[in-house]
Amino acid sequence: MTDLADTDTSDSRPSSAADAATPAVGITGITKRFGDVVAVDDITLDIANGEFFAMLGPSGCGKTTTLRMIAGLEFPTEGSLTIFGQEVGTLPPNKRPVNTVFQNYALFPHLNINDNVGFGLKMQKVPKREISTRVGQALEMVRLGNMGLRKPTQLSGGQQQRIALARALVNRPKVLLLDEPLGALDLKLRVEMQGELKELQRNLGITFVFVTHDQEEALTMSDRIAVMDAGQLLQVDPPEAIYERPVNRFVADFIGQTNLLEGTVESADTVCLANGARIPLSTELATGTAVAVILRPERATIGPRGQAPSGRSAVDGVISEVTYLGNAVVYQVALDWMQIDVREENRPDADRHDVGSEVTVSWDDRAVALVTG
Amino acid sequence: MTMTEAAPQGPESAPDVVPDDVAVATPEFEAAAERAKSRRGFLIALPAYAYLLIFFAVPLVIVMIYSFGTRNRFGETELSGWNLDAYRKLTEPLVRDILFRSLWLALLTTVICLVVAYPFAYFLATRGPTTRNVMLVFVMIPFWSNFLVRNFAWRVLLGNDGPFSRFTEAIGLGETRILFTPTAVVLGLVYGFLPFMILPLYASIERIDLGLVEASRDLYASGWQTFRRVLLPLSMPGVIAGSILVFVPSLGAYVTPEILGGAKTTLMGSYIVTQFLTARNWPVGASLSFTLTVIMLFATILYFRKGGRTL
Repeated sequence: MTDLADTDTSDSRPSSAADAATPAVGITGITKRFGDVVAVDDITLDIANGEFFAMLGPSGCGKTTTLRMIAGLEFPTEGSLTIFGQEVGTLPPNKRPVNTVFQNYALFPHLNINDNVGFGLKMQKVPKREISTRVGQALEMVRLGNMGLRKPTQLSGGQQQRIALARALVNRPKVLLLDEPLGALDLKLRVEMQGELKELQRNLGITFVFVTHDQEEALTMSDRIAVMDAGQLLQVDPPEAIYERPVNRFVADFIGQTNLLEGTVESADTVCLANGARIPLSTELATGTAVAVILRPERATIGPRGQAPSGRSAVDGVISEVTYLGNAVVYQVALDWMQIDVREENRPDADRHDVGSEVTVSWDDRAVALVTG
Repeated sequence: MTMTEAAPQGPESAPDVVPDDVAVATPEFEAAAERAKSRRGFLIALPAYAYLLIFFAVPLVIVMIYSFGTRNRFGETELSGWNLDAYRKLTEPLVRDILFRSLWLALLTTVICLVVAYPFAYFLATRGPTTRNVMLVFVMIPFWSNFLVRNFAWRVLLGNDGPFSRFTEAIGLGETRILFTPTAVVLGLVYGFLPFMILPLYASIERIDLGLVEASRDLYASGWQTFRRVLLPLSMPGVIAGSILVFVPSLGAYVTPEILGGAKTTLMGSYIVTQFLTARNWPVGASLSFTLTVIMLFATILYFRKGGRTL
C-alpha cells in the first residue's frame, strides 16, 4: 500500500509541495459561464495538502464544473486557480499534476487492464520496465493483481471502479480528483469502497477532492465539506460543523433530515416559535429577525402529554404516522402549525407510541441551532 | 438455457412429475430450436441472397469462363480449349503500367479522403443534433445531381481558362494545366467518393464515449497522442469500412478518369472497356476484370485482418 507513496525518488515534477502552507488547490474568485448560464459563481476556496475534501450539492450546483476546472477539462471564465502555488488557469489537463477518477470510470475499452493503468506513465515516457513495476504495484494496491490481461468489459462495476482508481494513482498525482466515483455502485459495495478510499487516502497522504451529491457519503469520508448550490459556495467546514451549525436553511435541509421550526428572535436569549411558544436560545441576531430552529429528528424525544423533563423545551402534538425502520422508529408528529419528524432508536426499553396518541416532544436546548433566511 | 439449471435433480424425480404434453428442455431440444431460429434467419435474408447470386455471382463466373477463352480472327470468343493466353497480356509493360497507375491513384485517393474526412467526421460527431443533421444533409447534397454531370462540371472548373486557372493567374502563379492529368483524376475521385469515407467514419466516431478523450488528456496525453492512442484505434471500424468503400470503386473507376484524365492517364476501367468494345478482345477484357476483382478481394481481406487486430 505504501509503495506508491514513498518510492517517489524518480519523480521529475517540481516539488513545491514541500511548503506546507501552500494550499494543494487554491481557488480565488473563480467564475464559469456557459453562454448565459453561470455554472460557478465567484467562489473562493483553499484545499489543504493531504486533505480529503468533498464538494457536495444537488445536481447542477456547479460542483462537477469546479472539479473539471481543477482537472483542466474546463477553463474558468474569471478568477485564478493554483495547484501547489502554480497558476494553472488555462493549462491543458496533460500539463497538470492531477488525475481524475471519472464518474463512469472512462476505461479505454480497446486496451487491457495493464495498458489502461499504464497509459499515463506511457504518455509521460516512463521507461517500460518501470511502467510494468508500477502498474503491478498499483493493481496490488487495489487488490486486482491478477486481472492485468483482461479487458475492462470483463470486469464488474466495482472492479472497474478500482481500476479507474489505480489508473489515476499510478501517476502519483499531487491531487486526486474523484467525480462521483461511487455513484454507479450498489449500496453495499459503495459502503465498502468508502472505507477503502478513506484508508487509501490516509496511507498515501495525497489530497483527494471528491464530488458527490450523497450527503451521507460526504459526512462519512471527508475532512472538510464544501456545500454548493446554484453555483455558489454556501459553507466550507468539517462534517460536524456542517451538521451541527449549518449556515442557512439550504445547508440544514440538504445535510441529513431536519425539522425547521419557524420563529422570530425575541431577545438575545429567546426565540418565539410560530405557535407562540418561547424557547431559550442565545443569539446575536437582531430582535424581530425571522429565523428557523433546526431540530434534528434524533435530537428530540417523545413523552406522554405534559410530562416533559424540566430544563427542556417542549411542544405538544399528536402522532400522525409511525414508520418502523428496524434499527429505529420515526414518528411523524402533528403540531398545531406544522408536522415534524422524531426518530427514536429501537431499544427494548423505549416506549412505543401509536397513531393518535397525544404526546409532548421535547429537546435539550443545546441540541438545536438557528438559521436565518 | 435457463431451464438446464434445474436439470441435475431431474433423473430421479422429473419423469414422474412432468406431464406428457410438456416439452422438457434437453440438449437435443435446444439444438432443434437453434436450427429453427437460423432457418428463419435464412428465409428473411433469402431475397438478398437470390439477388446477389443471380446478378453478381453468376456474371462473375461468366467473366471468369470468358477470361480463359481465345479471340478468333473475327473478334468472337472461342470457349473451347481453355488457356491462360489472356492473362499473359498482364505482363506487357503497357498493361502493367496501367494496372500500377490505377492502384497508385486509388491508394492516393483513399489516403486523401481519409485525411480530409477524419477531422470533418470528428467535428460532425461532436456537434449538437441540429448542426449534425444539417451538415449530414450537406454531405449528401452532391448525390442529388448526376455523377456524370458533376464530373463535367469539374472539367469546366479545371479547364485551361476555367475559374481555377484564372484564379492562379490572378494571384501571379500563372496558368495551371491540371485538366487531363492524374492530379485532375485524383481530385475528381476524391470529390466523388469523399462522402463514402465521411459517413462510416462519422458513424464510428459518434459511438465513441468522448469521456475517453478527456480521460486520455487527464492522463498526460497530448492532443495528437489522444488521437493516435484512443480515437484512431476506437474508430478503426469506420476507417476500414470507409477505406474499402473508397478504394474499391476508385480502382475500377471509369467515368472520372475518362472525363478528367484524358488520353495520357488511361486507367484500368477505361482499358477494360476498350478491350470489350473497341478491340473486341473479350478474353483479355475478362481476364483484366477478373484480376481486378481478385486484387480488391485480397486488399479487403488484408485490410480487415490488419485492422481486426486493433479492434
